Amino acid sequence: MNYIVGHYNYFIAIFLMMVGFYTVISRGNLIKKIVGLNIFQVSVFLIYISLSTVKGGAAPIITEGVKVYSNPLPHVLILTAIVVGVATTALGLALVVRIKEAYGTIEEDEIHRQDNSL
Amino acid sequence: MWSHLSLLLVIIPLMAAPVVAILPPGRIAWLVALLVTSTCFLLAGMQLWLILNHGLVNYEFGGWSPPWGITYRIDAVNALVALIVSGIAAVTVPYALLSAEKEIQKHQIPLFYSAFLVCLAGLLGITQTGDIFNLFVFLEISSLSSYALISLGRNRQALTAAYQYLIMGTLGATFFLIGVGLIYSQTGTLNMMDLAARLPEVTGLKTTHTGFAFIMIGFALKLALFPLHLWLPNAYTHAPSVITVFLAATATKVALYVMLRVLFTVFPDGYLTNTPANDLFLLSGVIGVLSASIRAISQVNVKKLLAHSSVAQIGYMAIGLSFASMQGVTASIIHLFNHALMKGALFMAVGAIVYRVGACRMENIQGLGKQMPWTFGAIVIAGLSLIGVPGTAGFISKWYLVMAALEQQNWLVVAVILVGSLLAVVYVGKIVEALYFQPATSTNLTVKEAPILLLAPTWVLVLANIYFGFDTDLTVGVAERAAQALGVLVK
Repeated sequence: MNYIVGHYNYFIAIFLMMVGFYTVISRGNLIKKIVGLNIFQVSVFLIYISLSTVKGGAAPIITEGVKVYSNPLPHVLILTAIVVGVATTALGLALVVRIKEAYGTIEEDEIHRQDNSL
Repeated sequence: MWSHLSLLLVIIPLMAAPVVAILPPGRIAWLVALLVTSTCFLLAGMQLWLILNHGLVNYEFGGWSPPWGITYRIDAVNALVALIVSGIAAVTVPYALLSAEKEIQKHQIPLFYSAFLVCLAGLLGITQTGDIFNLFVFLEISSLSSYALISLGRNRQALTAAYQYLIMGTLGATFFLIGVGLIYSQTGTLNMMDLAARLPEVTGLKTTHTGFAFIMIGFALKLALFPLHLWLPNAYTHAPSVITVFLAATATKVALYVMLRVLFTVFPDGYLTNTPANDLFLLSGVIGVLSASIRAISQVNVKKLLAHSSVAQIGYMAIGLSFASMQGVTASIIHLFNHALMKGALFMAVGAIVYRVGACRMENIQGLGKQMPWTFGAIVIAGLSLIGVPGTAGFISKWYLVMAALEQQNWLVVAVILVGSLLAVVYVGKIVEALYFQPATSTNLTVKEAPILLLAPTWVLVLANIYFGFDTDLTVGVAERAAQALGVLVK
């Protein structure tokens, strides 16, 4: 029990990761897939942020009297990864718009059906 | 100036990209792209020469010494892969002038070259960097631009192919990110050399194993290693011809480089053989070679046929890598180089057919061999190289791979390589048969030979295929140096 409570942040992250991954795999709707992909990415960001916490550590700004700081590096990394994630989402959604124009649908089954009949 | 060489290689295309994007539609964008890619090729050649004669290059950003700052650390491996990437880019851009004008709408041409340069900068960045998180960023730079480039294809299937690649590619990159995070949590560093120094202390831990597995799966997705290759055939088939040439010859090669780097430099010696990883690589390589070659035979679209063949060739590289021996890794690196040459030449020749005929299904290309003798000749020679006929580059890589397998006494793998080559005879034969032995359809009788601007780059690569079939000093010599630089144990 202690193990679970002590690592709750990781369990939440893994849970979110699986939710996102399952959404990407199981949904046929292209928008929902991108939503799943976003949840999947965010869960990884959470893992990184959890890693940076130092017990009793203050925010990493030099202050007098503070000896222990949290690790700022993962935050910086995730800031970059968030930008990448936003760019991916934007590109993905742009592709969905184009697909909708070309096929008139954003359901995967329907797209496959149309392509095979070509 | 020379001390900044490694940085310039990445910065020049990255800086040129936004400039190209705002240029007016017309040939000026192409001209700038041509200038940039040829400069990169020269710089990469100079970089390799420097490495071979003067040893390592370390470039510290802003003077911050590692592990605090980001460094570019160049040895024989990076320099070779950077040379392949920039070399292919330098022959692709002259080819792109006519091919892109035909296949891409006029107002999109500057944006097309801009995305192309961003993609080149990303790929070169991956090869140059010595920081594993920096590598992730460059990976995403190259991936995002390649999704956009693939979606420029003429058919609407290009959009779904790009979307599929985006989903798979992002999953792969995120897996890599998880792996890097887990390893960071154990070592507290992101610098590759620093990781190499610190990882031996923590190799027994489950977190390290998990991180390793995530990184491998992530890059296996980018590499299109069987069975994670599902995005590749569609993406290559529906992308514009130029992009197919460029991605087929560079993107998967860079992914393989990262795998080699992580397996042999970052992780300690013997890590690959002490985990099930090398068996998995061997298994997916063997099944990949056989199944992808069989799938290739049944294709009716030439581009798709060659795309499936690419998956098979990646299988060979995975087999070489799985041996974890000097010879095996050398064979992988040689094949990495040679495969870029032969697939580049083949996709260029097919692109020339698409330029004239507008399609590349088997029924569209019937009898074109007599109408387009130079294109046909290119396909035959590059096809022979793909099969591995003596006198071509393909033979050298197959030879070293077989030698590596014999060294391991692994007869099954030798058999698989030979069967794979026989299957290649069948699918290359299928293209040649349609081109030469089938009677030309009435529409094909009036087709003219492809313009010289398409033929010249194609033949540069074809002649390179022949040249590197005879002169192995550059490929084999550098590949051996590269395998040593990676830190593969000499057994």
